[in-house]
Amino acid sequence: MLNGVRAAAIAGRAGVAVQRVAKQCGADEREQTMAVSLRESVERVSDPRNLDASVEEVFRLMLGIECKREAGLVVADQESVTAVVGFGGLLSGACVFRSGAGTAMKIAAQMTGMEFDVIDDTVKDGIGEICNMLAGAWKGKVPELAANCGLSVPAVITGRDYNLHVQAPEFQLHHGYRFGEEIFEVTIVCDGLQ
Amino acid sequence: MDLMVPAGAPIGKKGGLGMSEIRALIVDDSSVMRKIVERALRQAGLDALVVHEAGSGAEGLEVLKSKPVDLILSDINMPTMDGLEFLRQIRAQNLAEGVPVVMITTESSEEHVKQAIQAGAQGYIRKPFTAEQVKERVLPLVRKA
Repeated sequence: MLNGVRAAAIAGRAGVAVQRVAKQCGADEREQTMAVSLRESVERVSDPRNLDASVEEVFRLMLGIECKREAGLVVADQESVTAVVGFGGLLSGACVFRSGAGTAMKIAAQMTGMEFDVIDDTVKDGIGEICNMLAGAWKGKVPELAANCGLSVPAVITGRDYNLHVQAPEFQLHHGYRFGEEIFEVTIVCDGLQ
Repeated sequence: MDLMVPAGAPIGKKGGLGMSEIRALIVDDSSVMRKIVERALRQAGLDALVVHEAGSGAEGLEVLKSKPVDLILSDINMPTMDGLEFLRQIRAQNLAEGVPVVMITTESSEEHVKQAIQAGAQGYIRKPFTAEQVKERVLPLVRKA
């Protein structure tokens, strides 16, 4: 599943972005992508503080919610909502947001001022947009990443008893956060770094 | 102090700017984000606001062919036609001449800002944003127009 999202990010966003930059500068695509490398800045890219700062920023500015990272938080709700935004370009991988259905409805309510008692299209749309902003804020913390890594449109999965599996990532950040009684998880999976 | 954009704030708060009706086109593939942008515009003081919505650049072009607007706010990352291509098509098809365009997007690199300005954007707001940022960057453009 992640491969599909990532492929969309590479083909749909990063590829186009690289071509545009290349055309504007009169250089070919290969020169552009080879000019910048993240390989030597793995530590900076995988700094866990960037993810925490991104989550806190998105929730504070877009929802007026102060949330904090806590160790050992695991979403255990039977019914959950997962949003995935793929990264493509110099970094390939995905940003994954996951919460229980109740938390997802509370987040959507805070975003829209509406009440929800089921996971409808508006809730999915809102959670997808939160994940999109988390992915954008996270990659924006490292300038080379901001300029050379595209985002896919969000994919949202709902239901019970499913698992996301990623094979041998380059690095992975997996954090749990709390606001009030609600908890959610955000994961950055990087399975390729140029 | 930054104003919070959604957080249950009432829609339609009067800003008392005394502006005449503003017709805004909001282009974003997320319907939730379109509502949040609308609310931020109202919080910024554009209480006499008529909003047209589009879910992609292609839909945005269709709106512009049939409805006059005073302001365009567009996301960049959208399926079918992204925000930068939307901007280029507006200019290529001579639609919305003189209408200010502000990009509202998760893409924050200098390169993206440069591309947006080259394509004809007058303003750039990064998501997540505050209503105060919308006020600072949009109102001067609307007043000027």
